[in-house]
Amino acid sequence: MFRRMLLSTTTAAFLALMPFAASAQDTPAQGGDIVVTYKDDITTLDPAIGYDWVNWSMIKSLYSRLVDYEPGTANIVPSLAESFTVAPDGLTYEFKLRKGVKFSNGREVVASDVKYSIERAVNPKTQGPGAGFFGAIAGFDDLTGGKSETLSGIETPDDGTVIFKLSRPDATFLHVLAINFASIVPKEAVDAAGGDFGKKPVGSGTFILKDWTIGQQLVFERNKDYYVKDMPHIDSFKVEVGQEPLVALLRLQKGEVDIAGDGIPPAKFLEIKNSPEGAQMIVDGEQLHTGYVTLNTKVKPFDDVKVRQAVNMAVNKERITRILNGRATPATQPLPPLMPGYDKAFTGYAYDVEKAKALLAEAGHPDGFETVLYATNTDPQPRIAQAIQQDLAAIGIKAEIRALAQGNVIAAGGTEGEAPMIWSGGMAWIADFPDPSNFYGPILGCAGAVQGGWNWSWYCNEDLDKRAMAADAMSDPAQVAERQAVWGKIFTDIMADAPWVPVINERRVVAKSVRMGGPDNIYIDPTRVINYDAIFVKP
Amino acid sequence: MLSVFLKRLIQSALILFGVAAITFVLLYALPADPARMLAGRSATAQTVANIRHELGLDQPLLVQFMHYIGGLVQGDLGRSYAQKTEVITLIAARLPATLTLMAAGILIEVVIGVTLGTLAALNRGKFIDRAVMTTAFVGVSAPQFVVALLLLYVFAATLGWFPMSGYGTLSHVVLPAATLGILGAGWYARMVRSAVVDVLNQDYVRTARAKGLSQRRIILRHVLPNAVLPIIAMIGIDIGQFMGGVVVVEAVYGWPGIGQLAWQAIQQVDIPIIMGVTLTSALAIIIGNLVADFLAPVIDPRIRSN
Repeated sequence: MFRRMLLSTTTAAFLALMPFAASAQDTPAQGGDIVVTYKDDITTLDPAIGYDWVNWSMIKSLYSRLVDYEPGTANIVPSLAESFTVAPDGLTYEFKLRKGVKFSNGREVVASDVKYSIERAVNPKTQGPGAGFFGAIAGFDDLTGGKSETLSGIETPDDGTVIFKLSRPDATFLHVLAINFASIVPKEAVDAAGGDFGKKPVGSGTFILKDWTIGQQLVFERNKDYYVKDMPHIDSFKVEVGQEPLVALLRLQKGEVDIAGDGIPPAKFLEIKNSPEGAQMIVDGEQLHTGYVTLNTKVKPFDDVKVRQAVNMAVNKERITRILNGRATPATQPLPPLMPGYDKAFTGYAYDVEKAKALLAEAGHPDGFETVLYATNTDPQPRIAQAIQQDLAAIGIKAEIRALAQGNVIAAGGTEGEAPMIWSGGMAWIADFPDPSNFYGPILGCAGAVQGGWNWSWYCNEDLDKRAMAADAMSDPAQVAERQAVWGKIFTDIMADAPWVPVINERRVVAKSVRMGGPDNIYIDPTRVINYDAIFVKP
Repeated sequence: MLSVFLKRLIQSALILFGVAAITFVLLYALPADPARMLAGRSATAQTVANIRHELGLDQPLLVQFMHYIGGLVQGDLGRSYAQKTEVITLIAARLPATLTLMAAGILIEVVIGVTLGTLAALNRGKFIDRAVMTTAFVGVSAPQFVVALLLLYVFAATLGWFPMSGYGTLSHVVLPAATLGILGAGWYARMVRSAVVDVLNQDYVRTARAKGLSQRRIILRHVLPNAVLPIIAMIGIDIGQFMGGVVVVEAVYGWPGIGQLAWQAIQQVDIPIIMGVTLTSALAIIIGNLVADFLAPVIDPRIRSN
């Protein structure tokens, strides 16, 4: 028996947290050509490969997926699929495709395209970073291990039906089908591009790539045949790359640019904020982000939980939010406030220098000790590391700062016994999808505490790992609230062991021109950064 | 003459090979692991291993290097790790912009530098001389980033005479080329001044004066052609300087050249692109010096006879 369901498995409560605040005067208008700027060039528009916050939102709009999120929310709705059902055991998902949806090359999207696209994302030859997300699909190990070229767990009985068979229940599976790596692509276009599909994308999303002048600009035009009426609102957006954020902001003030994608440099923030049009230009929104300091449980003296707790109490988080011009709030736990499962009542370790000193003395370090704090070398991260260094000095810990290029910090974190402390800023965890499990496995679970992993605390609590596994097996929609509570408890329980200092939840800032309309949460959409489908030019 | 040319050509190839080898070893000696940078945070250990294998990063360094050199001699610079596009395509798309910027920059610095240097030499010890030399000193010392932002703020953002960023028309090239040119002009002014002062003391200039030639004719016919020689050599060396400068200038003005490409590739540990840009720059410097070397005897008969 299949049970019909149309809404999200995990996040009904989410809507209440983030209302889609469309007011009457703010109704979307059709039309308009806008200009967006970024400093970095667009690396790729291949959905199986693209994995940075600049190309993420463009890939979202170029392609469609079986399911997607309602704009500005974490609410999963059918998209390319018309409807879907989940078996009671959570091991079978059946999707009915919309009829008549066409790729921009004119061919209709059929079930075999879905199978091909996901197999392509998993296939090692694609070199895609997202392969691991699909681990629950039957046959995954054979494909990644090179024993098969297909996924036995994806069946296509007819052109309009796709059935997924899972090898284990996965409560996050619908989120997995909504991330970019699950975008549907036509095989003939991938083959024709000869390894360069990322520059010659063909999809069935809201926009079509019209022109790409390497190093200069990309022009996206509205897909007039898109299967949702009145979507998207703008006729086109031009992405100009190589634009220094300061210059982009000057151009935005002159009206040459509509969205400065890199936000506002700290030095200009107050000037813009206090300008007459500042309030309309600054979009300041919460994102699924936590900035933290990892305390390496395999390096003395951080193997002692008392030392880790003392460090937690020593860090003045309020001061760090001031370094960021108030664009962050102090964090109490690994999960960010927007994430389902976040425990509002949990206060964590309060800032208390005396108590921290006492704990440190109890642990046998009345005079402190010497250690090393790693951080990335781009502003403002070294300044935040210095603030932490001063806080530590107040309880007698002398921390030497090593500010390195991002790749070298990541390498140090993933090497056993190498980095005692790492400030995660500039690399910090922003969720791939709005589900608490995404904050556990790779960064706090045993699976990540390996050579080359991202669990830089090298923290491994097998009891918590078991609870996490059990929570992710709760794929029945009726268990949503229960599952969230289980996850929430896992994260607050972790804090007893204090493998991290959760420091801040940073908000994202985007600058937009006054003519751009729509609520803030479609410019800082929790699942796609800028939501090109939903933004519009005021009439 | 031909044998000299051949010798220089072989030397150049050896230099290129040396640059390739050193860059390659340095890049792979970095702790940063390209496979892990590509795989990102959520990837499983197996995904990282698969990516490393597909990129050939699991092979011994020497095998990887031989493979790279094997491709290089056939003109294949490999594919970008992050973009998957052929490196040669990416460089070819951006090289014209960088060459345009360099040519314009060199033109500006030579014109300004030679004019000011000559003026200073002719007015040695006077106010003009001191003013020019002080300006030149400031010019060579100012950080490019500051000059670039200053010009941009004054001439583009405030006065609106030039576009703030972009590429395509003559007005786009003025500010970035001026940034490069103003800084380089300081060097040229100092060098031309001393060269002109030197020549002015030569016997043939005194003879020319004694013949009653006009000052203008003396400068243009007898002084400058003899003082210009070190400038030719300097331009060859300058291409190397410019390659460093374009990274900053291209970043500020949104100029779509290979400096931008290199900067982003370094952030992403995209080794094939870094290799490609480094080799392209090395090649540009080698060609610049070769041309300077072969032009020198054409201009100066004294070198020809040696």
